[in-house]
Amino acid sequence: MRARNADLWSGLALAVLAAYIIVQASGWDYTGPDGPGAGFFPLWYGIAMLVLSAALVASSLLRAPEAVDWRGAGRAAAVSGALAVAVALFKLVGFAIGFAALAFFIVSVMYRRPWPLAAAVAVGLAGGFYLVFPLLLGVNLP
Amino acid sequence: MDILSGLLHGFAVALEPANLLWCFVGVVLGTVVGVMPGLGPPATIAMLLPLTFLMNPAGAMIMLAGIYYGAKYGGSTTSILLNVPGESASVVTCLDGYAMARKGRAGAALGIAAIASFIAGTVGVVGLMLVAPPLAKVALAFSAPEYFSLMALGLAMVVLLAGRSMLKALLAMLVGLWISGIGTDPFSTTSRFTFGRLELLSGIDFVVVAIGVFALGEVLACMEGRAEGGALPVPKGLRNLLPTLQDLKDCRFAFVNGSVLGFLIGVLPGAGSTIASFISYGVEKAVSRRPHEFGKGAVEGVAAPEGANNSETGGALVPLLTLGIPGSGTTAVLLAALVLWGFRPGPLFISENPSLFWGLVASMYIGNVMLLVLNLPLVPLFAQVLRTPDYVLYPLIIGISIVGVYSASGNLFDVSLVVAFGVLGYLMRRLDYPAAPLILGLVLGGGMERALRQSLMMSQGDLAILATRPICAAMLTLAVLILLVPLFNKLNAWRLQALE
Repeated sequence: MRARNADLWSGLALAVLAAYIIVQASGWDYTGPDGPGAGFFPLWYGIAMLVLSAALVASSLLRAPEAVDWRGAGRAAAVSGALAVAVALFKLVGFAIGFAALAFFIVSVMYRRPWPLAAAVAVGLAGGFYLVFPLLLGVNLP
Repeated sequence: MDILSGLLHGFAVALEPANLLWCFVGVVLGTVVGVMPGLGPPATIAMLLPLTFLMNPAGAMIMLAGIYYGAKYGGSTTSILLNVPGESASVVTCLDGYAMARKGRAGAALGIAAIASFIAGTVGVVGLMLVAPPLAKVALAFSAPEYFSLMALGLAMVVLLAGRSMLKALLAMLVGLWISGIGTDPFSTTSRFTFGRLELLSGIDFVVVAIGVFALGEVLACMEGRAEGGALPVPKGLRNLLPTLQDLKDCRFAFVNGSVLGFLIGVLPGAGSTIASFISYGVEKAVSRRPHEFGKGAVEGVAAPEGANNSETGGALVPLLTLGIPGSGTTAVLLAALVLWGFRPGPLFISENPSLFWGLVASMYIGNVMLLVLNLPLVPLFAQVLRTPDYVLYPLIIGISIVGVYSASGNLFDVSLVVAFGVLGYLMRRLDYPAAPLILGLVLGGGMERALRQSLMMSQGDLAILATRPICAAMLTLAVLILLVPLFNKLNAWRLQALE
């Protein structure tokens, strides 16, 4: 995908969001007996978003395309996925284990460090969080 | 009691050993609270409130106020070092503070933040001391239409926060407005954009969005590159870690701008330090000789918002003490504390309780000095955080972000949301959408909608109310002029091109 297309797609995504806002806002009161209703403000910023996103789509068609770093995007997607899995793990095994697993993944897979170092960083960070937040500051961990 | 004798009496109160100790405890606690994202001053003051019943009111008020302004000092640290804004007012500091850190100037950024905080905090106290009663009366002239205009003025600053594309900045701001609208409509109790989720009925906390977009978005963007596991540059030697004389010279106007604007905006109940920091940043960029450097590590971009953020504290105490009107979550808790101790903040508060009022004012001078003395020597220590290798630093930022969000809300749904906003922040970076306008829209959206609807209720739907009130009309005109700035710049560029 080229950057021009990226702008095109982001413009289209925002246009869809704007349409959703307008449709939802149309279902709420625009004005009521006491003045403007729940739909008043969203309707106007929804319309503004639709107009601006249309302008973005149009302008993206006029610009020269640029290359996108798909490899980098893949790495960011991998960390995002790991983060989502870690958050799901918090509920099942608690913060310490879930976070240690995430840290281990980042150090060993993303940074390609030896697994003993990755394990040491994971355990050290998880232990540090446990020591500082619940024990020292009385702040609960997830 | 005149000002001088009042101040002398205040110093006699504040310099009592017990009160000095409470002042120190307050500013240290405040700094810690400010450093930690999510755990804000209102929650800390509320937690400590029961303990203060055992203390004398002057000591208790000195400590709680110390937490309030101490948190403003601490808030800049994580913004500059980790791009994690501890509170909404620190978001603007991320823009240039983190950029300076990436260039190896974290120490200078932290030092400037501490110095700007000290100068502006002191100006705020002077303002509180000298102009509290008359300014409080002016603040009372502000009604819903004026608040709407003030927020519109704040929102107009989006043009100064835009990156390469104004269109994308405006779209980001509109997305921020949309996020601010998620939840239950306060006027009609209609649930809006909640997708049937009960967790969204109370809306999305600013902390969730800011930490996701700024901190996690940055981590994801940094993960993109071929990982070498290196650390950010930190110069050696104390002299190279602190701000230079040139930095201080560059920040002259920023110190004044942040101090004055922060105090004046602080006086307005409900306006808050976020608007103060955004507006002072915008003004600083607008008058700067090198506006193109803003967002890339301009030292004035740290000094102005940090100053405004701290000066606002003195301003916010004006309506609290002289009118009994709290303008923010923290001052609301402070009001509750005063009422629980048996005081009645209002026009007679200063004359009826000179020891408390002047003791508080004097303690704020002392507290600001304590904070500067505490913070400046810590700059080199804090800057060493950046020596941490990437493979430790980034999981650390992720962990702090998650704990920060969880400590603010106490539910895992918000932790999931912060990941989603992290992805949004990453996409915004990659697609060249600036993040600050999104936060600006989010912070101002709710208050702006409320003020607009209240204004239209007052006028029975007639928009002319916004044009016929002088303060309101003046601020809206200024907002329109600010929105036209890029157009003028473009016209000027075309004119120069044509001349060439």
